[in-house]
Amino acid sequence: METLFIQIKTLLVNAAALVLPPWGVTLSSMIISALAILGLGPLIMMYLTLMERKVLARMQNRIGPNRAGPWGLLQPLADGIKMLTKEDIRPSAADPLLYFLAPILIAVPALMVFAVIPFGKGMTAADLNVGVLYFVALSSTTTLVIFMASWGSRNKYSVLGGMRSVSQMISYEVTLVISVVPILMAAGSLSTQTIVESQSGRWYAATPWGLLSCMIFFICGLAECNRSPFDLPEAESEIVAGYHTEYSGMRFALFYMAEFMNVFSICALTVTLFLGGWQGPLLPSWLWFLIKTYLLIFIVFWFRGTLPRLRADHLMGLAWKFLLPLAVMNIPAAAMSHFLSEPFSTAVPLAILMVSVAVLSFFNKGYAAEKRVYHFTD
Amino acid sequence: MLELIAVKGIYILMVFAAAAAFASSLLPNLFHGALALAAVLLAVAGLYLSLGAEFLAMVQILVYVGAVMTLVIYAVMLTGRLEETVTPSGRIQRAAAGVSCAIFFVLVCGVLLSTNWPAAPGGNPLPSVKDLGIDLMKRHVFPFEVLGILLFAVLIGALAAARREKS
Repeated sequence: METLFIQIKTLLVNAAALVLPPWGVTLSSMIISALAILGLGPLIMMYLTLMERKVLARMQNRIGPNRAGPWGLLQPLADGIKMLTKEDIRPSAADPLLYFLAPILIAVPALMVFAVIPFGKGMTAADLNVGVLYFVALSSTTTLVIFMASWGSRNKYSVLGGMRSVSQMISYEVTLVISVVPILMAAGSLSTQTIVESQSGRWYAATPWGLLSCMIFFICGLAECNRSPFDLPEAESEIVAGYHTEYSGMRFALFYMAEFMNVFSICALTVTLFLGGWQGPLLPSWLWFLIKTYLLIFIVFWFRGTLPRLRADHLMGLAWKFLLPLAVMNIPAAAMSHFLSEPFSTAVPLAILMVSVAVLSFFNKGYAAEKRVYHFTD
Repeated sequence: MLELIAVKGIYILMVFAAAAAFASSLLPNLFHGALALAAVLLAVAGLYLSLGAEFLAMVQILVYVGAVMTLVIYAVMLTGRLEETVTPSGRIQRAAAGVSCAIFFVLVCGVLLSTNWPAAPGGNPLPSVKDLGIDLMKRHVFPFEVLGILLFAVLIGALAAARREKS
């Protein structure tokens, strides 16, 4: 069971070796991995939508989708067919090229980041030695595509959503990158596979600096993929649907798909970096990885069912005035634990972090947003 | 065979980068121009990647495509020229741009031709991320610190400029 997927791939590559020249075998090995990821993305997204609806429904004392198939298991397929058969509407004033390209381009980075996620022991599609950087770099390009969609559809709600999204993503990306630094220092590598292997003794989340880093990373990740409570860019009660207001049918589905795949990859990366990745007793590695990831995804849905949406100034305040200084203070704390011996290697970072949390909360306490004046449009 | 594809692929990337660069300067629409510039930067990252400089390629995407281009587009959106599809540029502007581009091209060509490109001995000249970090902390520690101070000053300056006067 442990090497199930690796064996399947070896079987396929060996079959290819019978008919293809050596370079063809290398190529087919790449193509098999790529196809597995290409298939996995939409599959994960389809069932995440069902899972979200079920989890939210239970939290609101409802049953959720239960008509299509047993326990609503065919609901994602029904949704997909509905999306595909809807009329494809394009606003007459929209910029044709950008409006057409944006939904396609937004799915590209969301799928590409799957390449560096270690789904199990030896199950990284591309074990780059700059894996974490690759993830951060690719997810930062999403901003541009969101801007394309919002500007291309020539709708003021779209543009408002796009502006909100960009300011939010810039703010949280800085903190996201800095919060990973302690892990990179401890593992001494940017490769996701090595980072998982370096956690064989102790998960990084089991150290004070690792736990803090994990929480900051997860919060910033939620903000990066515009999930509740950071879903201001698509706040339906304020700006219709934000940057994808003008999209319908399959184009809308692509935005939706990218969002859910981003949720999955953020949770998967949190597991990889902080929660020991695929490491665990008894069960096969890929199963451990999926269990941990889906637990985190459940927490994401739980947030959506529980927390109200943040206000724009609170959102910025949280990122710049609390999370960013804390993430910066976390770097010396992690360095301390590296250079000190056992009782101090936990106590000193813990003390540093507790003091910085206290100081930051003290300085943020007096902060009350100034009273805002709302104007009606004339 | 695969190596052959890779070698030819570099030329495709180069042509794409050049085409996107022309598009970014010739497109009348500011927003389209900015997006074409993002395409240039991505293509350059692809070139770095094909030359084996993975770290450089990722930093290029992260810093230029992720951050700088977003700021450029943000600035474009704040100029209020959003509805106009064409941004007029005067004849003198075009001439000046052409002349300065030509001068820059000649200068770069001069540098490229006069540089003696040393081929690295041994099969694998690629420095790892670790080597880069050690080099930055040992050999180039002074420029690194100066850059740090400069960026810190910029940060403080930006905060001071953005601070609202208390009335």
